[in-house]
Amino acid sequence: MSPTHPPLAIEATGLVKTFGETTAVDGVDLAVRTGSVYGVLGPNGAGKSTTIRMLATLIRPDAGSARVLGHDIVTDADAVRGLVSLTGQLASVDEDLTGRENLILLGRLLGLSRAAAKARATELLEAFGLAEASGRLVKNFSGGMRRRLDIAASIVVTPELMFLDEPTTGLDPRSRNQVWDIIRALVAEGTTILLCTQYLDEADQLAEGIAVIDHGKVIAEGTPGQLKASVGSGALHVRLLDPEQRPEAERLLASRMDAVHLEADPAALSTPCADADRAAEAVAELAAAGVRIANFSLGQPSLDEVFLALTGHPAEEDPADEATATPEEQPA
Amino acid sequence: MSINPTTRPSPAAEAAAQAEALRKALSSTTRPPRASALSAALTFGWRGMLKVKHVPEQLLDVTITPVMFVLMFTYLFGGAIAGSTGEYLDYILPGILVMSVLFTTVYSGIALNTDLTKGVVDRFRSLPIWSPAPLLGSVLGDTVRYVLAGTVIVVLGVILGYRPGAGIGGVVAAMGLVVVFAFALSWVFTTIGLLMRSPNAVMNAGFMGIFPLTFLSNVFVAPETLPAGLKAFVDANPISHLATASRGLMEGTVDGGDILVVLATAVLLTAVFAPLTVRLYRRG
Repeated sequence: MSPTHPPLAIEATGLVKTFGETTAVDGVDLAVRTGSVYGVLGPNGAGKSTTIRMLATLIRPDAGSARVLGHDIVTDADAVRGLVSLTGQLASVDEDLTGRENLILLGRLLGLSRAAAKARATELLEAFGLAEASGRLVKNFSGGMRRRLDIAASIVVTPELMFLDEPTTGLDPRSRNQVWDIIRALVAEGTTILLCTQYLDEADQLAEGIAVIDHGKVIAEGTPGQLKASVGSGALHVRLLDPEQRPEAERLLASRMDAVHLEADPAALSTPCADADRAAEAVAELAAAGVRIANFSLGQPSLDEVFLALTGHPAEEDPADEATATPEEQPA
Repeated sequence: MSINPTTRPSPAAEAAAQAEALRKALSSTTRPPRASALSAALTFGWRGMLKVKHVPEQLLDVTITPVMFVLMFTYLFGGAIAGSTGEYLDYILPGILVMSVLFTTVYSGIALNTDLTKGVVDRFRSLPIWSPAPLLGSVLGDTVRYVLAGTVIVVLGVILGYRPGAGIGGVVAAMGLVVVFAFALSWVFTTIGLLMRSPNAVMNAGFMGIFPLTFLSNVFVAPETLPAGLKAFVDANPISHLATASRGLMEGTVDGGDILVVLATAVLLTAVFAPLTVRLYRRG
């Protein structure tokens, strides 16, 4: 990152946006350090997308102001557009064109010559594992391929700042990991990223700072570690092979731990625990008693728990949502 | 997904190669100078061409109705209306040319609304380009559609025995006039396209407007036999003037007055609806 850039890539103060009777964003302040991934975390309808759309100059705020890379988003919107790129919530690529044509189109619009746009398209298709599918119409792409193309389209010319609005929503785990790798690579090359997500583990994995947003307001801010620390100690998460053994596991854990929490997943339970030795003993006792364990992990409290503690309601209205059911679970 | 299955290397090597390609792709660009307004608009025109190539059925959809009308009207009603099918074909063909092209203009609104609902517009609006370029470019690209739709009708006419009195030159002139008018009319549909919630709603609203307007013109019948009130409407309808001017150009008997009315209407439509479309588009 060149030294001419301001230390803060995004500086927003009191952003407000109303649509008719609804106040979508109700006084959001953000400070995003240049060169970092900053997560904006919140459930559906919290105001994340509206915030991103204001910062990306797609809509004007009704009140408040923001500077993106030193340029005012209202009075100097054109300068902002010259430095940022947006990957919207809907994969914003043209379904009726091929992957290659989409990238050439953007290359041309960004000022590349015909030859340069073609060369850049080829390079990006290779880098994003889309070379074989490059001649296919995007409407025949899988969700993961479409997402990768969408991100490729955002870096035809590498932006200083990239807005990513729910980049992994609806993706399978493999595609999600690919997108995460791309995001990490982008940051390593110096791009600042504002990442909106409703997936707690996504913000946890990628973001250096997180703003938790609910009903259009920032309700908490900090590093993932700080947010978790504000809620309390860590937890031991255990997932059983056989859900029928959960009552027995619950009884055994309750005898030596302070509290046992039954997860939405019928085979999973957790207990507050900061000490690895105690956790190991507890797991050993379960195993000795014949409770078969699929996997276990000792971690800080999940951001899911953070959200619950901050707002008094779960991050997801739907408890069956795959992202929140087992946010801390690691493959064994 | 990312590599050829017949030469699959180890997953680790694959990941490393992919990461390296990614790193290279991310570090290899410098920002080029901005695209000019013209270049951006032409690029959007190119996008329109690609769509004609990839989704030809969209063009077919709007051409099939006029083709059916040529056949049905000529052979069913031609004798009754004009005395013989051949004479009626001479009358109706330039009219159907008008109809066919004007129907295609609804597509401009449908396409814009599709871009809007699919999120593509968000990306275009976040680019550092002259902001009306996507609109101007696609409307200009659509003129190629108009020429294609018009050509289909003229070729069909010739196959059925239509012989324009003014020859190829007359046909080209008529086509030019129709395309100019269609360009202007398409701004009405882009405005509708930005106001409606779905591409289907745009299609319904569009055809609900263009269908009666086309029928209440002299495209199919000379207005002499109509009741006075309706005749007044048909006479004033710019589509009547466009049809009359097209007939005149194709037969070599054109009246400058009709052309003037058509061009004046086109200027008016563009002056009102093009800026309106741009404003709605910028507002997001």
